[in-house]
Amino acid sequence: MAKSPEKGIRMEQVCYSVGGRTILRDFNLTLEPGINRTILGVSGVGKTTILKLILGLLRPDSGSITIDGADIGRMGERELNRARKHISIVFQGGALFDSMTVGENVAYRLLEEGDLGEAEIERIAMEKLGFVGLEQAMDLYPAELSGGMKKRVAIARALAADPEYIFFDEPTTGLDPIGVYNIQQLMLGLQRQGKTTLMVTHDMPTAFAVSDRFSFIHDARLIFEGTRGEMEASNLVEIAEFFSPSEVSLFKFANRQEET
Amino acid sequence: MPVRFAEQKLLFFLSELQEVCILSLRAVRGIFSRPLYYREFVSQLDKIGVDSLFIVCLTGLFTGMVMALQSLIQLKPFAATSYVGGMVAVTMVKELGPVLSSLMIAGRVGSAITAELGTMVVTEQVDAMRVEGTDIVKRLVTSRLKAMLIAMPLLAVVADTVALAGGYLIAAGYNISPLMYCKSLPQFMRFQDLIEGVAKPAFFGLLIVMIACRVGLSVSGGAEGVGVSVKRTVVVSSVFILVSDFFITKIFIFFR
Ligand SMILES: Nc1ncnc2c1ncn2[C@@H]1O[C@H](COP(=O)(O)OP(=O)(O)O)[C@@H](O)[C@H]1O
Ligand SMILES: [Mg+2]
Repeated sequence: MAKSPEKGIRMEQVCYSVGGRTILRDFNLTLEPGINRTILGVSGVGKTTILKLILGLLRPDSGSITIDGADIGRMGERELNRARKHISIVFQGGALFDSMTVGENVAYRLLEEGDLGEAEIERIAMEKLGFVGLEQAMDLYPAELSGGMKKRVAIARALAADPEYIFFDEPTTGLDPIGVYNIQQLMLGLQRQGKTTLMVTHDMPTAFAVSDRFSFIHDARLIFEGTRGEMEASNLVEIAEFFSPSEVSLFKFANRQEET
Repeated sequence: MPVRFAEQKLLFFLSELQEVCILSLRAVRGIFSRPLYYREFVSQLDKIGVDSLFIVCLTGLFTGMVMALQSLIQLKPFAATSYVGGMVAVTMVKELGPVLSSLMIAGRVGSAITAELGTMVVTEQVDAMRVEGTDIVKRLVTSRLKAMLIAMPLLAVVADTVALAGGYLIAAGYNISPLMYCKSLPQFMRFQDLIEGVAKPAFFGLLIVMIACRVGLSVSGGAEGVGVSVKRTVVVSSVFILVSDFFITKIFIFFR
């Protein structure tokens, strides 16, 4: 893949706050094509917010977000839609449209655009569902699916537009081990097809299984960026705590008890 | 401190009012431009209109009957019971038909719209639609607005008609012939009243949809947030119906 400095997604000095609380402060993140990244952080730290900012679903208070060099802050809704075509997202709960069948969900974008014929759309929907192994679910409604199946349908829907980047918001949270394994395999399969994945999660094994580089967010800031080896060698207490919460927190807890 | 509190409430109210107006403008602008979301529109028309028929008929029937009963008692000492049809008609068409059916619809449909959109927001379905390139105002709000603008006046007309029939059921007990009942209608009504009778419910329908959609799309805080918002939609749209009814009536009287 040709690497020009323009390619990729870049967040620079992004600040975002909601309800008087600062979620991100001077936040920087770069996503290069071909480098699969995971953003780690505890619940409520703002991981989902980062994905929504890049997609233009939320607007930052300050700072810039660029996709292949184009600043999405200056775009109207129509330009934004064009920029978003390169990116798809698998939301945490799947976010399937529950008034539509699985097939209609997967074909949603194609039906909305209305450029293709019905037979062609159905063929594509079937192909994407085949990739996640759910052809037989075509005519079911989301309410009839298990959590793991919903996420797989959401992946199929994200693929319908043939994006370059696919975002995953905690794709393995709440799944049984087989479900987790399935999702990992699907993500690796996408990477083999040349898609770039960006995942946010606190599931370390999955992060290690599917990512090249890691970003660690704590208290509104990026405190670490690097490979798995670098992360394991890092002596940041926040990361250590994240890896094995019991020892460190107990230690902290004991200290606090002594102080009082 | 109470002043600060009142000031905050007022500011919140004004900013919400502004949001509702902006949303309304965007929704109205979307009515005639493509894509038309025909399927969505039809299913909304079914949910808003057809499914509300029964409750609106019931409301009309009993209101018409009680109006006739009350009028007859008032008219009897003046030996004017033959005017009962006109009295039922004029109050129903101009006031009770539009207002009562709108209040019913605010409770039944407004709450459902807020709950549905609110659930879509908290489960990130609205975000997913936006990512897929959909104009959510057009798809979710305009289709409901169109359905409501068609359904609401029709429902009010149905309520009026059923009420007149209900009124006759009572009047018949007082030896009033169908002919007498019908003859009194034009003595009380003029053409403008009929316009008032469909313009009001159309406007109330607009109020209900826009408030329900605005409140639904701004839900936050999960299932609990949806519950709070549903209650807000019903209360706010009911109050707005009653208040705006007064001013619309004023306007119609001015043009009489
Ligand atoms: N509308 C809102 N009002 C107030 N706080 C919010 C709102 N939306 C999100 N937040 C807060 O933003 C923080 C970050 O949310 P999120 O990005 O979803 O976290 P994560 O995905 O890391 O769990 C959370 O602590 C949440 O409480
Ligand atoms: Mg999240």
